[in-house]
Amino acid sequence: MPGNEGLAVIELEQVAYSYGGGELLSDLSIRLSPGSFHFLTGPSGSGKTTFLKLCYGELQATAGQVRAFETDMRALDRDQMAMMRRRMGIVHQDCRFLDHLPVADNVALPLTVSGRDLGQENANLAELLSWVGLSDRADARPPELSGGERQRAALARAVIMSPDVVLADEPTGNVDWDMSQRLLQLLIELNKMGKTVLIATHDLALIRAAKSQVQARVLRISNRRLQLAGADL
Amino acid sequence: MNAIINLIVGDAQADRVVPPTGFTARLTLFASGAMAFLTVFALALSLASGRLAHRWAEELARSATIRISAPADQMAAQTEAALTVLKQTPGVASARALSAAEQAALLAPWFGPDLPLDQLPMPQLVEVIEDSTGYDAQGLRLRLAAEVPGATLDDHTRWRKPLVDAARSLRRLGWISILLIGGAMAAMITLAAQAALAANHQVIEVLRLVGARDNYIALAFVRRFTIRAFLGATVGVVLGLAGVLLLPSASDEGGFLTGLGFQGATWLWPVLIPPLGALVALLATGAAARRTLRRLS
Ligand SMILES: Nc1ncnc2c1ncn2[C@@H]1O[C@H](COP(=O)(O)OP(=O)(O)OP(=O)(O)O)[C@@H](O)[C@H]1O
Ligand SMILES: [Mg+2]
Repeated sequence: MPGNEGLAVIELEQVAYSYGGGELLSDLSIRLSPGSFHFLTGPSGSGKTTFLKLCYGELQATAGQVRAFETDMRALDRDQMAMMRRRMGIVHQDCRFLDHLPVADNVALPLTVSGRDLGQENANLAELLSWVGLSDRADARPPELSGGERQRAALARAVIMSPDVVLADEPTGNVDWDMSQRLLQLLIELNKMGKTVLIATHDLALIRAAKSQVQARVLRISNRRLQLAGADL
Repeated sequence: MNAIINLIVGDAQADRVVPPTGFTARLTLFASGAMAFLTVFALALSLASGRLAHRWAEELARSATIRISAPADQMAAQTEAALTVLKQTPGVASARALSAAEQAALLAPWFGPDLPLDQLPMPQLVEVIEDSTGYDAQGLRLRLAAEVPGATLDDHTRWRKPLVDAARSLRRLGWISILLIGGAMAAMITLAAQAALAANHQVIEVLRLVGARDNYIALAFVRRFTIRAFLGATVGVVLGLAGVLLLPSASDEGGFLTGLGFQGATWLWPVLIPPLGALVALLATGAAARRTLRRLS
């Protein structure tokens, strides 16, 4: 199997999750190796967002073990969790921001909280904002942004630290085709630099577009389980 | 140490990650201002009653007087006899006849400096200083009555002893008030900080998502409340001191009320109130933040 060499970036072992009722996800085992590129699909409500939350530790598995960078999530204290989050770029489905700060500051937030010198990163920030087409919205407040603009800002924030892994939940849900290609390009560039990428999406066209450029695997959640999708995509 | 420097110097960027917190900010400013204002008065009360207790206690330790009224030709002999009796009395540390000049000085406030003392039948005053064990006033009176007919023992300052105790309790009450004020301020700021933290739980969530450590988040809140408490307390102290300054100034015979100010180095005490208020806010907010962050995880 390709991508099995080296240490796993994220690894799930017989993971199950339930919000309190019946099990939503059962017996998930998957291993994301460094530099791999994955898509995650499945019907609405099948648990894609839940899966991602398990991966970045917002939820704890009700059974099995989730490991990030070879460390059991459950064993992390809050400080260690913070340090781990700095190696992950996360795009929330409902893109959460600090509404009182301008877009540029929100995008730079991961740098701010990790004590990086913003002065040195200014060029990166400007370049990134321009790449996601938000240069002229840099001073706007998040509540003033359109849904698509929010997603672009969220993606920019997720990648600004050049994280080891990007976990993106429907990052292109609200943008037009051209913009979704631009955002995909950004993720592909990161992947080429050796970063691991996992994108949850319904957008089959996006998956096809990506597959023509990178070696991407497609995971599918159906009937509570994770499957490797066939070549029909 | 680093944490303290970090707290004071601050990190403008870090402060901005927490949104302005409307009413909790005003509540903190007001509470610390009001508390500082009250503390100034409690402090003034404590210091003034402390001074009073000290002065009265000192007078107590010093003084009893024996007044000798006798015809001029017997005066010297009776004074001598009284001093002899005193010398033999256990509990008397020393005794001394006041000179004419000292007596004149004592009377000057009442009769003016131009009093022709030598032409008046003045009693002779003998100052008695007791030692720590004290003498038996009743026994001394009996002996004096037998041996020095013109002598009267006047231990008038003894009645002040309960007053000294009262002044001491007043001082204690002042300090207790200051502690209570500090406690109330801590409680109010804790509530304000908790309200601010709860109102900002989404902000905390976002900060955690991008890898902020608890310390960083807590510090952003703590710094705010500390600075506000400091500012509020400073305003409160200034207003309180203005109030104290407006009190009539203390005179030599000043009673308790006119002495209710700060004197000399005690003016420095109120200066300590804002930093102490800030310290209270720092500890209260720090504890509230740690608690809330633990609960939100
Ligand atoms: N906090 C929660 N408490 C209880 N149930 C929840 C909670 N969050 C999600 N669910 C339920 O879990 C199921 C999976 O939700 P999830 O958000 O993971 O789906 P999804 O695959 O991301 O869907 P979509 O494609 O619509 O985003 C849904 O039925 C949802 O109602
Ligand atoms: Mg979802």
